[in-house]
Amino acid sequence: MNISRRGALKVAALGAAAATGVRKAEARERLVPPEDATGMLYDATLCIGCKACVVACREANELSLERESTLYDDAIDLSGHTANIIKLHNGDEGYAFVKQQCMHCVDPACASACMMGSFQKRDNGIVTWVPDKCIGCRYCQIACPFEIPKFEWDSPLPRMVKCQMCLAKAGSTDPGQLQDGKEPACCEVCPREAVIYGDYDDLKQEAQARLDANPDRYNPRVYGLDDMGGTQVLYLAPAGVEYSDLGLPEYGPDSVSHIPVGLQHKIYKGFVAPVALYAVLAGLTWRSRRQEDAQAGQEVES
Amino acid sequence: MSAQATPVGGKLLTPTMKGLLILVGIAAVLLLWRFAAGLGAVTNLSDGYPWGLWIAFDVVTGTALGCGGYAIALLVYAFNKGKYHPLVRSALLASALGYTLGAIGVLIDVGRVWWTWKLPLFFWTWNLSSIQLEVALCIMLYTFVLWIELSPAFLEQWAKGPESFLKRFAAAATPKIMRAMPWLIALGMLLPTMHQSSLGNMILLAGPKLHPLWYTTWIPFLFLVSCVGMGYGVTIMETMVSRTVYKRPGETRVLAGLGDAMVVVLLAYVLIRVGDTIWQGKLDYVLAFDVFSILFLLEVLLHLVPAFMLMNKAKRTDRTYLFRASLMIVFGGALYRFSAYWFAFQPGDHWSYFPAIPEILITVGLVAFEIAAYITIIKRFPILTGAPPATAKA
Amino acid sequence: MSGPLELALQASSPGWHRRDFVKACGMAAAAVGLPAKAAAKFVQNAEAGIKPSVIWLANQECTGCTESLLRTSHPGLADLIIDLISLDYNEALMAAAGHQVEAARRAAMERHAGSYILVIEGAIPTKDDGIYCKIGGMTSYDMVHECAENAGAIIAIGSCASWGGLPSADPNPTGAKGAPEVLAGKTVVTIPGCPANPYNFLGVALQYATFGTLPELDELARPKFAYGRTIHEHCPRRAHFDAGRFARQFGDDGHRLGYCLYHLGCKGPQTYANCSVQHFNEVTDAWPIGLGHPCFGCTEQSLAFRVALHETVDPNEILPPSLFPPIFTDRGPISPMATAVGGAVVGGAIAAGVMASKKVAENTAEAGAGEEG
Repeated sequence: MNISRRGALKVAALGAAAATGVRKAEARERLVPPEDATGMLYDATLCIGCKACVVACREANELSLERESTLYDDAIDLSGHTANIIKLHNGDEGYAFVKQQCMHCVDPACASACMMGSFQKRDNGIVTWVPDKCIGCRYCQIACPFEIPKFEWDSPLPRMVKCQMCLAKAGSTDPGQLQDGKEPACCEVCPREAVIYGDYDDLKQEAQARLDANPDRYNPRVYGLDDMGGTQVLYLAPAGVEYSDLGLPEYGPDSVSHIPVGLQHKIYKGFVAPVALYAVLAGLTWRSRRQEDAQAGQEVES
Repeated sequence: MSAQATPVGGKLLTPTMKGLLILVGIAAVLLLWRFAAGLGAVTNLSDGYPWGLWIAFDVVTGTALGCGGYAIALLVYAFNKGKYHPLVRSALLASALGYTLGAIGVLIDVGRVWWTWKLPLFFWTWNLSSIQLEVALCIMLYTFVLWIELSPAFLEQWAKGPESFLKRFAAAATPKIMRAMPWLIALGMLLPTMHQSSLGNMILLAGPKLHPLWYTTWIPFLFLVSCVGMGYGVTIMETMVSRTVYKRPGETRVLAGLGDAMVVVLLAYVLIRVGDTIWQGKLDYVLAFDVFSILFLLEVLLHLVPAFMLMNKAKRTDRTYLFRASLMIVFGGALYRFSAYWFAFQPGDHWSYFPAIPEILITVGLVAFEIAAYITIIKRFPILTGAPPATAKA
Repeated sequence: MSGPLELALQASSPGWHRRDFVKACGMAAAAVGLPAKAAAKFVQNAEAGIKPSVIWLANQECTGCTESLLRTSHPGLADLIIDLISLDYNEALMAAAGHQVEAARRAAMERHAGSYILVIEGAIPTKDDGIYCKIGGMTSYDMVHECAENAGAIIAIGSCASWGGLPSADPNPTGAKGAPEVLAGKTVVTIPGCPANPYNFLGVALQYATFGTLPELDELARPKFAYGRTIHEHCPRRAHFDAGRFARQFGDDGHRLGYCLYHLGCKGPQTYANCSVQHFNEVTDAWPIGLGHPCFGCTEQSLAFRVALHETVDPNEILPPSLFPPIFTDRGPISPMATAVGGAVVGGAIAAGVMASKKVAENTAEAGAGEEG
């Protein structure tokens, strides 16, 4: 009796330890973009920092003005009111602008994190948020490596706000202008076509074509091809400017979900481990309770 | 020679209790403001630091502090060490309150609390890839299980009282609960194994934002063993304090006996933490002697030093010695969690976060609420074992 | 701009006094950026009857530049200008005509050889031996060369004279060219614009007339005081550009609110001129952008009559305002008060723990035997 209990215990303990301490976690398999994936290509060498896209996005998404000072709508960063922003990098090689908005990742951290599936990749790969399931736990903010989903801190009825490529208005399910057959507002309004919208494969080709045609003009890498598992918004930067200078870090090809979700899946695959552990624990409990009752019975008798 | 539990009895509204209730009152007022004006009005949380004191302490550390029931149950029911049985109920109470504090902490922290009821019910929308889903559901269920496991204390007391609805309820419910008890106890050991380890895995989703000294696939194991250690530590501290204050037998031998199990989990933590760090080639981070390396070393020391202290079987029967070892373990485990969820979370140098005063006061109020509830329950319900001294009045 | 206007009003009424004349000279000098002593010199020269001779040639032009000059207020000021200089040849303004005029021109050129100002308005056709513009049987090409021979200073007024202007637009059937190209080797000050801003011309002409010097010129021989900056650098609507506020269509809300016209094809970002600070006709906002139409780059050979009116262009230079958001902005200052409170709470917890560790030693009551097991 004792031996088998101890044995069972050891197995259970080892099993739990092994499961929780997996060294080389079987990371989960890499996600690929959907077939009809669309995206955007932003060419920093064409952007003139006119900010028409910032204003157009605000209008298209019905977001309120940002007032850091009192004179202008002067957003300094993405926020609960700003889903798209142009920022300035001032380096030795001169000025470079960068457009920041949701990257619409192939393996979005937000969609992986969200318990209730409020963040999801839609059919063409655009990542959207729906309000009717979100509890505002902000795990998505913890997860997103580009720090994109923004929370309305100043509202008692807060939403998660981010670019939804005009498939829907930011922070809601109201249809955006993409549903009217238009392009996303930023792409529609850009006077230099610095940001363009289109089929993801076409955009990849276009980016490479620009690099081939004008190698001296560009940083030789297209950002987003497999950064963080791939993003459906691609970037081209001017020669001499690193992507990390533009706030796009060199992350490598693994998404943030790769390891932890892989680990989770491995431990809980088929829910076998918890059920098995429960069986063992239940057995042990039953045995020890029986012994306890027996002891108590003995005490009563004595 | 009674392992029977009895209520402590006595006046509820002591000066201590009044002080606690004032803290609770302040927190309650601040919470009204929090819900009326939004999180930004009351906290310093930001898009860079969306989680702060409330998640790091109230939820993550609070539930770990509530692992006493789990840790003791493992000894008593899985390893069949019946001598720890007298500790079970008070450990369960601390756990139930700790997890309830954690649950309340979540409800205060989430921005859109009105949809939380959907989480356990709308299973068709569950994102099974979400680590937090498992944690949330598991914690919800476990909190429920804890109160049920603890319910015999309430049922016994109600059964003794005058004829009332509660007495009838106790009479009806007791046999059903006792029949289910073994299953619940087993569940009460399974669930924390799952969610405490997953709490570790959960923060790995921060990816590059989590400092390398905390980012490891061993994190579920580390969170698990450190929470077991904290469970014992908290049980020892809480048992010692309540039995001293309410003049119950100190159970020092029993508590000291926990030392063996504690040494195991503490050494496991230290070995895996340090070993994995070296194995992954991260020693440079440890030797950097910046804030992160100091936190790392402190966490390791706060587990290693008590381990050595507890290996001394003679000394650990000294209450102060044992208490201090336990205090270190609790701080060490808490620090580990604070680091993983706050200090080692780096959204970028341009972000900084320190909780706002209302934020701190709400946490203080929640803890005060927990302590006040603990005191109230042990005074009115049979939680503490051992006969009270014949002449003593609480 | 109301100063000269008032003066002109005064001048047109009887009782014009010397002090009014002096004042007018002062304003004219100031308007073109010449110092106060220039005004004094103007007066001096005028009283001494010293008036430089000006030969004004008209080639392929619309006479717009002359008209523009005449719209420096009411005729009063035009009279003043004519009083400051001796306009010895100008086809538009001379009363006489025919061979006598040409003879008068040659006489004036001989009389003032080496000191007369040659003003060229209009492009010069070069195709087919320049037959597409002839005055008195002489091609413009020959006439320009003849007049440039002994000129003291040569000023090409308007885009046509500066680089060919409208006549040179594709396919340029007449081979129209600007004066500098036709007079290769000679210094020709160019005052491009369509029309040229009259004050730019006046500044150069008056400086030469008074001091015998020319202002600092850029590589296209344009005076830097007028052509040293793009419109974009000094546009009253620049704040709207910087804020991302644009008119998208004529008559839309943005247009009515006076927003930046960049999206409507404003060439301001590539056009060197001073129209934004020196308006026309002495009426405030009498310049294209002021009236709600994008600049079409009339001074620039690469833009005017080449790039479509409403086609957008890249700015020559990126000049972001200092408030442009940087890649990273420091956020979330830490309050010392909160740190103190937090520290107190943690410190208090540790202290309570240590105190408790001592207190618990007091409990030595143990449960009885039988507890083991």
